[in-house]
Amino acid sequence: MTLGIEGLREISAHLPRVLGADFISADIQRGELTVFVKRESILKVVKTLRDDPQLAFTQVIDVTAVDYPQRPERFEVVYLLLSMSLNQRIRVKLTVGEETAVPSIASLFPCADWCEREVWDMYGVFFSDHPDLRRILTDYGFEGHPLRKDFPLTGYVEVRYDVEQRRVIYEPVKLAQDFRSFDFLSPWEGIQKLLPGDEKAAPAPAKPAGT
Amino acid sequence: MSQTAEAEIENYTLNFGPQHPAAHGVLRLVLEMDGEVIDRVDAHIGLLHRGTEKLIEYKTYLQAVPYFDRLDYVSPMNQEQAYSLAVEKLLGIEVPRRAKYIRMLFGELTRILNHIMNIASYAMDVGAMTPFLWTFEEREKIMGFYDDVCGARMHANYVRPGGVSQDLPAGLVERMHEWANGYSQVLDDMEGLLTENRIFKQRVVDIGVVSKEQALAWGFTGPNLRASGVPWDLRKSQPYDGYEEMDFDIPIGKNGDCYDRYLVRVEEMRQSLKIIKQCLEKMPSGPVRVNDRKVLAPPRSEMKTSMEALIHHFKLYTEGYKVPAGETYVGTEAPKGEFGVFLVSDGTNKPYRCRIRAPGFMHLEAMDAMLRGHMLADVPAVLGSIDIVFGEVDR
Repeated sequence: MTLGIEGLREISAHLPRVLGADFISADIQRGELTVFVKRESILKVVKTLRDDPQLAFTQVIDVTAVDYPQRPERFEVVYLLLSMSLNQRIRVKLTVGEETAVPSIASLFPCADWCEREVWDMYGVFFSDHPDLRRILTDYGFEGHPLRKDFPLTGYVEVRYDVEQRRVIYEPVKLAQDFRSFDFLSPWEGIQKLLPGDEKAAPAPAKPAGT
Repeated sequence: MSQTAEAEIENYTLNFGPQHPAAHGVLRLVLEMDGEVIDRVDAHIGLLHRGTEKLIEYKTYLQAVPYFDRLDYVSPMNQEQAYSLAVEKLLGIEVPRRAKYIRMLFGELTRILNHIMNIASYAMDVGAMTPFLWTFEEREKIMGFYDDVCGARMHANYVRPGGVSQDLPAGLVERMHEWANGYSQVLDDMEGLLTENRIFKQRVVDIGVVSKEQALAWGFTGPNLRASGVPWDLRKSQPYDGYEEMDFDIPIGKNGDCYDRYLVRVEEMRQSLKIIKQCLEKMPSGPVRVNDRKVLAPPRSEMKTSMEALIHHFKLYTEGYKVPAGETYVGTEAPKGEFGVFLVSDGTNKPYRCRIRAPGFMHLEAMDAMLRGHMLADVPAVLGSIDIVFGEVDR
């Protein structure tokens, strides 16, 4: 296999052949390959990516998620894989809603165990067949999934040590001043590099001869 | 509860931490012990969780930089560099050559900073006091260099998307040269205390052995992976900034035990020193920031006379710059391993999602596999050797 961006194109062309019906789409942007696959078959896909000698994506670098609340299946789970022998990276993605589960890949890659726990903790994406799906980063007894877009930045509870009760107590968040979100985003774009209408000035593609 | 049920329990659980001097931060290990031998390790992390990823979503791209200093607070600049590279990739800008050299220079200084911290405190964990005192003097000098370029000893905020915040002050290159020439002697002295020290070797040789296959399966990166004999370094395999122009070697270990991890780090410091010297000798002249007023503010002198410059300054420090929609992942070789930033932009002035891939997270996860069958006294030895800092594990 060739290296660099050419190698990535070869991988991208090779994927539909080995993944078959599990493959949805592949895209190369900024020299990075992103592949969408079917949610149910992620375990099979990751196994194929690992075991196919032409791919050899033997390392799971990270498993994470992105939240898009406006979509019908709001979460995108992202698997970052690395092939040390080909020196290539790949991003495998799938979409999932709040109610559906993603098959866990912890049985193939032990290092994905904590990553999946973190995704569960932060986003509430459920992983089926996970050996130990507990919360990992948040407090004992924490409720909600903080990295969801509809979770407020300030959270819901705060803790303090209460002298009278002689223990740490939880209370609803009280802000001394209102939460201020400095939204300086200007709707005015300024002058674009390409003025409206200029795109029409681009030379028309040559028509094939004989038509 | 009946008496008989209690008598049947043979194993007992032991809490290690969360406030333990050898835990290098706030780690709570729930150890299931069979006498002195560890049966199972359950690490409870998140005691330092500050929600960095969530906070970044509410900040502009430039305001997010200081958060990266506070992740792994022992190696701040490498993380700023990873984030800056990710933003630059989305913006499609290339920083000037001098900025690349300064970033490499400080990246390697930070690597030494990190490895000093790790090895010295590790030596103290297993019973040696002097290396800590000797090497921390050098650490103080490196933090002095930090101070010279950005005014802060630790939380630098020096590497920014588009270059570095300001040029090196006059005379700093000479002072760094002087320091770099003297530092290998300090390393030799420290090695003289540790490398062949009988007590040190008894604590670390053949402890926490990680085979090549295990290291790969557990997602090890950086010195921990190399100590298990895998020649993999992102500075060589996927060079960023100017590492392809540098001449250096990648030390690898043979046995993958705590001792090899120590040796790999010591040798990495020597290689970093080599890169630092090359950077200082070949330091190109020229600008240290991209000359793009839509990304980086103009110099202050220009703002006194130019209206345009004043507008740019105002817009950049209120609204910030807009980053084209898209996503990218950039992995860099931070001192602890692969530090990656997965950045998703929706075309506004704030990141839509910024995932921070911290090497320590995966390393700590492997604690269970590494510690099974070891004695309780080996916990600090193994924990220290995988170089954990909770700022990045908990984020």
